[in-house]
Amino acid sequence: MVAWQSLGVLRALICGAGIAALFATGAAAEEFVAFKIVDNESIAKSLTGKPGDPARGREVAINRKQGNCLACHKLPIPEQPFHGEIGPDLSTAGSTYSAGELRLRIVNPKIVNPDTFMPAFYRPFGLHRVSKDFQGKTILTAEQVEDVVAYLTTLK
Amino acid sequence: MRRIALAAVAASGLTVMLAGTALSDETDWGAYEVGDKRSGYTYAATETRSIQDDDFENPAMLWVDTGQELWDTVEGEAGKACASCHDDAAVSMAEVGAIYPVYYEPRGKLINIEQRINLCRTENMKAKAWKWESRELLSMTAFVRNQARGRPVAVKIDGPAAPFYEKGKEFYYQRRGQLDMACKNCHEDNAGNMIRANLLSQGQSNGFPTYRLKWQKVGSLHRRFRGCNSQVRATPYKAGSDEYVNLELFLADRGRGLPVETPAVRN
Repeated sequence: MVAWQSLGVLRALICGAGIAALFATGAAAEEFVAFKIVDNESIAKSLTGKPGDPARGREVAINRKQGNCLACHKLPIPEQPFHGEIGPDLSTAGSTYSAGELRLRIVNPKIVNPDTFMPAFYRPFGLHRVSKDFQGKTILTAEQVEDVVAYLTTLK
Repeated sequence: MRRIALAAVAASGLTVMLAGTALSDETDWGAYEVGDKRSGYTYAATETRSIQDDDFENPAMLWVDTGQELWDTVEGEAGKACASCHDDAAVSMAEVGAIYPVYYEPRGKLINIEQRINLCRTENMKAKAWKWESRELLSMTAFVRNQARGRPVAVKIDGPAAPFYEKGKEFYYQRRGQLDMACKNCHEDNAGNMIRANLLSQGQSNGFPTYRLKWQKVGSLHRRFRGCNSQVRATPYKAGSDEYVNLELFLADRGRGLPVETPAVRN
């Protein structure tokens, strides 16, 4: 009985590991896209080669598990009651910055300001003690980065 | 002495309540503000503060009471209670809560109150160490630290404690996790700012162990460290690890002069 139970546990573990591995592969299949930084100022080209979807970008900005831009920034999203006070107000980000400048600031704002609080949303390396679930992964996918860029460029 | 300190804390609490809910930078926080250091109390909601102000309403006092009972309870092969050696905690433990963690020669490193309690248990009482975050260890820690309530935090960071203080400081400024954030990003650079629905505080440690409304129980400072580390998607250290005890010393010094508030009540 005991042996049978432990076998069950073992099987569950193997299954679990299999699923975890599958997920890991799934995430890794979203391969890290190389990009070119122009003059430490911008990333001119879309990470996906396509324009993002501004409506989806707005959702990413709201979602606490994804962009969570609202944690630190004020955005013209009146249905969300809480907007953070840590970063600049982004209500007119689309007039202040070009798409390329916005893209660089989302991908890795530390290139522009090494001391910034803001995380690099598209940098899976060079980090300290990342917990297991997030190791080797970017906060946003390339597609989500493009969606947020597309959303922010609409803010004029 | 303790009664006087308590009365002073209670009175300043009352002043705060009378001052009303409009909190500006000019609010007089009494003992809860020392120079530019502000206790988490000053960032808490009015209702939360009023729970802390009243010992009969403060749920954490149940842990303190349990600690008092355990203080007098004989345990272990040596047939001793804490009181067998330390007698009246109000006298013998009057300072402990304000000066720990301390450098401990036999181990060549820092120990905090939890670890001192367990050392007493294993070495002097010949009893089993209590588990981290157990009801017993939280209660005894809260009880011991409560004896210093109202006293200004005054840890020693020179001499043999100095290198450990430096390690704690290094931890505080080290970015970590997928979100790549250091303690200082929130608690030094942004105290007083909203991070979405939450008001960031200076992250002072003078009220721990603390009753957290979110936890619905008393929790240790190291539990809070683990929570913070996980939130930035970093692998936390173990409660009681050297890393966290060193950080504990750095934080205590950072809040030097703030009164011990244990057991505080926080969000």
